[in-house]
Amino acid sequence: MTTDVETRVDPRLISGAKIPFKWVGLFIILGAIIPFVVEGYTAFQATLIMIYAIAILGLNLLTGFNGQFSLGHSAFYAVGAYTAAILVYHLDFPVYVTIPLGGVVCFVAGFLFGLPALRLEGLYLALATFALAVAVPQILKSSHLEGLTGGVQGLDVFRPPVPEGLPLTMDQWWYLIAFGVLLIMLWLAWNLVNSRSGRAMMAIRDNPIAAGSMGINTSLYKSLTFGVSAFYTGIAGAMAAIVIEFVAPDSFTFQLSILLFIGLVVGGTGSIWGAIFGGFFILMVPNVAEEISTGLSYAVFGVILILVIYVMPTGFAGLVKMLGVRIKKMF
Amino acid sequence: MDLFLQQVLTGLANGAIYACLALAVVMIYQAIDHFNFAQGEMAMFSTYICWSMIAAGVPYWLAFFLTIGISFLGGVAIERIIFKPIHKAPILSHIVVFIGLLAIFNSLAGAIWDHTIKTFPSPFPGGSFHGLIGMHEVGMFFVTLILLLAIFCFFRFTRIGMAMQAAAANPESARLVGIRVGWMLALGWGLAAGIGAVAGMMIAPIVFLDPNMMLGILLYGFAAAVVGGISSPAGAVAGGFLVGIIENLAGTYIPSIGSELKLTVALILIVTVLLFKPNGLFGKTIVTRV
Amino acid sequence: MNTGRKLTVALAAIAAMGVAASPAFADNMYGPGVTDTSIKIGNTMPYSGPAAAYGAIGKSISAYFDKINKENGGINGRKIEFISLDDGYSPPKTKEQTRKLVEQDKVLIVFQGLGTPTQSAVHAYMNHKKVPQLFVATGATKWGDPKNFPWTMGWQPSYQTEGQLFATYVLENVKDAKIGILYQNDDYGKDYVKGMKDVLGDKADKMIVAEESYEVTDPTINSQVIKLKDSGANVFFNVATPKFAAQAIKKVRELNWDPVFLNNSVSNSVGSVYKPAGLENSKGVISLQYYQDITDPAIFDTEPYKKWKAFMTEYYPDGDQSSSFTAYGYLVAQTMEQVLKQAGDNLTRENVMKEAANLDLKLDLMLPGVDIKTSPTDFFPIESMMPIQFDGEKFVSLGKVVSVN
Repeated sequence: MTTDVETRVDPRLISGAKIPFKWVGLFIILGAIIPFVVEGYTAFQATLIMIYAIAILGLNLLTGFNGQFSLGHSAFYAVGAYTAAILVYHLDFPVYVTIPLGGVVCFVAGFLFGLPALRLEGLYLALATFALAVAVPQILKSSHLEGLTGGVQGLDVFRPPVPEGLPLTMDQWWYLIAFGVLLIMLWLAWNLVNSRSGRAMMAIRDNPIAAGSMGINTSLYKSLTFGVSAFYTGIAGAMAAIVIEFVAPDSFTFQLSILLFIGLVVGGTGSIWGAIFGGFFILMVPNVAEEISTGLSYAVFGVILILVIYVMPTGFAGLVKMLGVRIKKMF
Repeated sequence: MDLFLQQVLTGLANGAIYACLALAVVMIYQAIDHFNFAQGEMAMFSTYICWSMIAAGVPYWLAFFLTIGISFLGGVAIERIIFKPIHKAPILSHIVVFIGLLAIFNSLAGAIWDHTIKTFPSPFPGGSFHGLIGMHEVGMFFVTLILLLAIFCFFRFTRIGMAMQAAAANPESARLVGIRVGWMLALGWGLAAGIGAVAGMMIAPIVFLDPNMMLGILLYGFAAAVVGGISSPAGAVAGGFLVGIIENLAGTYIPSIGSELKLTVALILIVTVLLFKPNGLFGKTIVTRV
Repeated sequence: MNTGRKLTVALAAIAAMGVAASPAFADNMYGPGVTDTSIKIGNTMPYSGPAAAYGAIGKSISAYFDKINKENGGINGRKIEFISLDDGYSPPKTKEQTRKLVEQDKVLIVFQGLGTPTQSAVHAYMNHKKVPQLFVATGATKWGDPKNFPWTMGWQPSYQTEGQLFATYVLENVKDAKIGILYQNDDYGKDYVKGMKDVLGDKADKMIVAEESYEVTDPTINSQVIKLKDSGANVFFNVATPKFAAQAIKKVRELNWDPVFLNNSVSNSVGSVYKPAGLENSKGVISLQYYQDITDPAIFDTEPYKKWKAFMTEYYPDGDQSSSFTAYGYLVAQTMEQVLKQAGDNLTRENVMKEAANLDLKLDLMLPGVDIKTSPTDFFPIESMMPIQFDGEKFVSLGKVVSVN
């Protein structure tokens, strides 16, 4: 059985593409303006979108660029979130420090999980990771760890006030932090994908046996990718814990894994910027579904999902690319 | 010793639940080479259809077989209407559609039939076997074995069964030898939906009927199928019983685990089996060529 | 921390001045979300996902407000605008939706938010923003802490209280009790167990011979019940939701076991537990209750039941009349109605909170003797319950209403 991921990656991207500065510049300017023109609640939502985008980007590195299929990223999201929460709650760590620490703890966790996962492919890996996603909330609330995790009641995470002298509200401040982190993570992902390692990752995705015979250490690359992917998700989890100011096992059920997976596919597998659309989709569309029908919101969400796949079977990034090609052909 | 025997028997009974659904999982895998995440919800929906018929006064066995027929047609319709148009989309997109279907069935069932649990009749006599295991569980055990035998014969001895396997394993070659691959897919969906309906109607008397009844069971069903070997119906059934028994015994005899980490144990078991036998205990080894 | 506290004090002083100064401008004092003709009330509920069954509570509350809007023209001439959002029982979504209610929809209060983890996620936020988080729909004990969280109040008897009452019942009525507990592995289950241990004290270790938990994703709880039987318990304390409670009752009888069966109030329902488990099997089950079970045939002829039935038929026709959630929603909405009635034209958040802490209310669908009572130091509206036993057809009272105080 081969890995089940097909992607259409821009060939320019593989041959050391340049960052499209035009678009990136526009994105940065727009992104920096948003918190000052919208109200606090919308800025908060936008922050959550960016946090989801970082997690989806991590999943994309694993699935889209390395062909390893995971339905268990809520587990890493939870580990990141709990790392931040425990450090702040029990040890009074400054919240800002806990964000990278959440990522590092997840890198280790992801790498270690990636080792046994080496033997699993496609469907089997999906099931093993899904199992992880189901098990983690149960482990978090187990009586053995209750003192640390707060058990089923969860932990509160209090944010320090905005640094003095900055004319910002709490929502704007955390929006800007999330935006900054998102930019860094996008840049890192771009560089990774366009490096020698990135090409190795993709070679493993496209044909693991051929990649191995060309001298790529597939085991090492696969577990490292797992670690990097978990690192991204852990950063997102840590930020989510701080922005929501609360963690509980119920925040990280397997439904979160499924949502992240949906974000990945809808945004575009194998597309770096598609993750942003994915984050937008998984935060906003359930709200839209609810507006349409409260009682049947799940059903509406399901119908929207199916329609979206009809319209853009390769995700939003795929659609944009296809439209781009069409428009070019017209002129 | 009494406790041990009871836990084994209860494990077998739970195992029968997992095995029954695992058969539907194996069936759809034979057809589409993948899991259908909406399988459990489809089975739940079928069971509700049967429940409605019985509530309207239809005799049990008539409702039972009507439900299988309706589910079969429903399965075929889903493939033809929903999956045929996106046939060329990547497999990950298909999985998103499965998730969409899961959400739709779950939500619709809740809206149509409420969330209050409903009793579902059992075709078997009531009571229990020496206070050890319910008669329904015993009956269900045999239904599972009959289903298994039927599936085995279908794939082994019928042309259409073999054609289906060929279509799933290698669609291009299958097409060349004259198999209508598209309809084989639809047939696989129909059969899986029918088996799922049987599973649902067997499981519901034990766990009661409610829209979320399959949420946990489907996970165990997947686990059973994978532990046993996804390509082997007999393996899936054996896997179901194995998961059921080990889960119960670990929960009973390993003190620090108890019931609290029962689920985690089941999952560790799955991963361990996969590590040493990546194709499941009874699965065929697949050789990949470059 | 120190500066933080100073700041809070300063802010409180400013707020107090503001409150004191405003009556000069008008007789009617309105908080956010209130006009001369309407009051906005916010709410979050799981309408989707695995906990969607609870959505029936939100729908019946909404139906009840429709009823008072239509029949009485609202409360004191103001129509209730009930904005109920779906949080899917996910704490991050609750935070998002609650912020929407408070900051965008600008509701006066948030009422009956459901779930311990979900409401915990907004507990600090609501108190920081000074928005009433009224009659939270869970039985955690932390909602009744007026000193530290003056803007939050629960409604139903806390799970811990109920656990304590059950323990008292066992101590008084069962000789040589050996208790086996089946509980759901979450805040709800664990609070009950804690309550029971509170009362048993030193004897808990000896009296509780087995504790078994289950997950909501478990297909059955048969294995746990077998272990409980094997422990030699003669009292079965069942802290499970309806589906698992029905399974447990059935399994206990299947094993030819005959313990004193104590069933938590969450699952004390003829329609959704005892009937599915088998009426014969359920004979003798003992429970505690604070409102009438609307599936108990014995009350079908009473006036309060008919009133409820008429309400359901007219305003919530697709509602499931065998689910106790609809009666729960009906009762808690009546409590809210009373608070707003008492608040009159002074509809500031402060005053609504003050009136919520000043209740002495009897509702006709409650069991006789169970009152809704609060005070500025008592944020537990319902604290008493009645022990009852199911006789195979209906409930029989086992004595007077009991409470922990």
